[in-house]
Amino acid sequence: MSTGADAPLLQVRGLTKHFPVRGGVFLRTVGHVHAVDDVSFDLDTGETIGLVGESGCGKSTVGKTLLRLYDPTAGRVFFEGRDIATMSRIELRQLRRDIQIIFQDPFESLNARHTVGKILEEPFLIHGLGTTVERRRRVDELLERVGLDAGAANRFPHEFSGGQRQRIGIARAIALKPRLIVCDEAVSALDVSIQSQIINLLLELQGEMRLALIFIAHDLAVVKHVSNRIAVMYLGEVVETADATDIYESPRHPYTKALISAIPVPDPTAQRDRIVLVGDVPSPIDPPQGCRFHTRCRHARDDCRERKPELTAAGDRATVACHYWRNLS
Amino acid sequence: MAALLAVEELSVGFDTEEDLVNVLDRVSFDIEAGETLGLVGESGCGKSVTALAVMGLLPKPAGRIQGGDILFRGDSLLALPRERMRAIRGNRIAMIFQEPMTALNPVQRIGRQLAETFALHEPGLSSDTVRQRSLGLLEEVGIPAPDSRLDEYPHQLSGGMRQRVMIAMALASRPDVLIADEPTTALDVTIQAQILELLRDLQRDTGMAIIFITHDLGVIAELCSRVVVMYAGRVAEQADIHPLFTRPLHPYTRGLLDSIPRLEDEPKTTLTTIPGTVPGIDDLPSGCRFVNRCPFAERRCEGEPPPLDALTAGHRVACYRWREIEADDARPHPA
Repeated sequence: MSTGADAPLLQVRGLTKHFPVRGGVFLRTVGHVHAVDDVSFDLDTGETIGLVGESGCGKSTVGKTLLRLYDPTAGRVFFEGRDIATMSRIELRQLRRDIQIIFQDPFESLNARHTVGKILEEPFLIHGLGTTVERRRRVDELLERVGLDAGAANRFPHEFSGGQRQRIGIARAIALKPRLIVCDEAVSALDVSIQSQIINLLLELQGEMRLALIFIAHDLAVVKHVSNRIAVMYLGEVVETADATDIYESPRHPYTKALISAIPVPDPTAQRDRIVLVGDVPSPIDPPQGCRFHTRCRHARDDCRERKPELTAAGDRATVACHYWRNLS
Repeated sequence: MAALLAVEELSVGFDTEEDLVNVLDRVSFDIEAGETLGLVGESGCGKSVTALAVMGLLPKPAGRIQGGDILFRGDSLLALPRERMRAIRGNRIAMIFQEPMTALNPVQRIGRQLAETFALHEPGLSSDTVRQRSLGLLEEVGIPAPDSRLDEYPHQLSGGMRQRVMIAMALASRPDVLIADEPTTALDVTIQAQILELLRDLQRDTGMAIIFITHDLGVIAELCSRVVVMYAGRVAEQADIHPLFTRPLHPYTRGLLDSIPRLEDEPKTTLTTIPGTVPGIDDLPSGCRFVNRCPFAERRCEGEPPPLDALTAGHRVACYRWREIEADDARPHPA
């Protein structure tokens, strides 16, 4: 693995996370939820990778495993070329400043009993940064930067609307000038007019701070809007990666095609060529053999049920995990 | 002839500790058989309260109707005697919700819950008939292996299947109007596509009217023939589907349409936004309620609320400046 200045900011290799399922009187492990299986990608400074897929596809688990909120079952994560599993205590402390996360509902991650000022001061206190006066000044700067007035510092999280709370969550995430922010469904619960405000704010901050973003969401139009590249996940695995525009204009994997065709388009005159998938996503406890999508794929052939497709190069900057993607019309 | 369902100048208030807060202000629309009407707007715009008022499900005792009327085939639902009202609400007018898990009983088998619906609407059916009819309904809503599903509990079904069961229960009485309150919002996009297709098919086969409540203009464009756009408890604009998307006149409708990230956009470009936030219900402007976010706002917008002007019979807009907006509308809109 290359190190130093020319390495990508983040390299994820074969990341896997299985959760044990316990049952019976003695709570023995009776199976595993295959939440994430063998996920790999690179991310450069200032770049956004979007992770999309439906409930249970593992996109959020990827984010949390990267941050070591979960211990990975297998695989390695390199930040600036260094393996985060072998980092020293001091290096880990720096890592926690460099990587931040924003959740869907900031209310759940903001201490309801603390004022916003105290919440935003906390990262500086934890890392022993600045004097009281300097910290207060930084809090004011942060509030201004995310579009809240200075008076917000003396109020409590419940006094704010959903969009304003997400601004507070963003202010806290950027407090220590991170290099990478994981946005886990960060705009999914917001109304459209507020969602666009928050997306614009994230894009501005990314430009100013050269932030790398991992943008996790189920809304493909939103993900496409903020991402340079997109990885589509299904049942714990990446089935396709490509540039954001490319994946929308010429999706390769049959699941990506179905996902894109299922998005309702806000235009009553749009010509639709909808692929309605039959059935539900199978259980991740006992995922299908071979290609995991074969139970819902209208192009599936006999060997898709047995032979697992690997993620292989498909053109310049794209990969796809399907045996027959070249033959699909 | 009277409309199938008409909501006329409906106002609803909620009691708070201090006073009565108005959440729905003179909302009017109507719907005919076979039609799908969309109610669209953001959190707190009053779209769900409207549905609850029609169903007689406003939370008691806090919620109360302050004025207006709800007419089913010309009869006021607010004036009907209790018995006749029950024969209409839940029977001729049925409703489905966003989260079926809260509407289904978690400790009863699907079959028993369906049977209960029949017992309410058609008492005296034999248990064999009920079972046959239940199977028929589950088949109609596209549930595979309905025989075994009858003996399962709601938690054994996926989100999409639960929504199908709820639709089946709503269909049991063969309603004339189905009110669907964000029925696909909690579902994944591929499952949403299945449910929308199911609703379209059911409407084609039964001719029922659907009132579809959502915040998603994409779903509206796909399913509805007419749209009511609501903002902070009032109707902002009402139009047939095509004029609403190609020729939106209310600044809020335009802002909403412009804010949506679209798949054909260039990635990482700045989105158009509506500045500010929706006013709280205890802090509503006295004139136009959109005034604090509106790029076209002027003095008179702060005075009396703008009336709902009719541009054509079907296209109405509550804005003092819609004529000017229409006149200088050189801006191309996605058609």
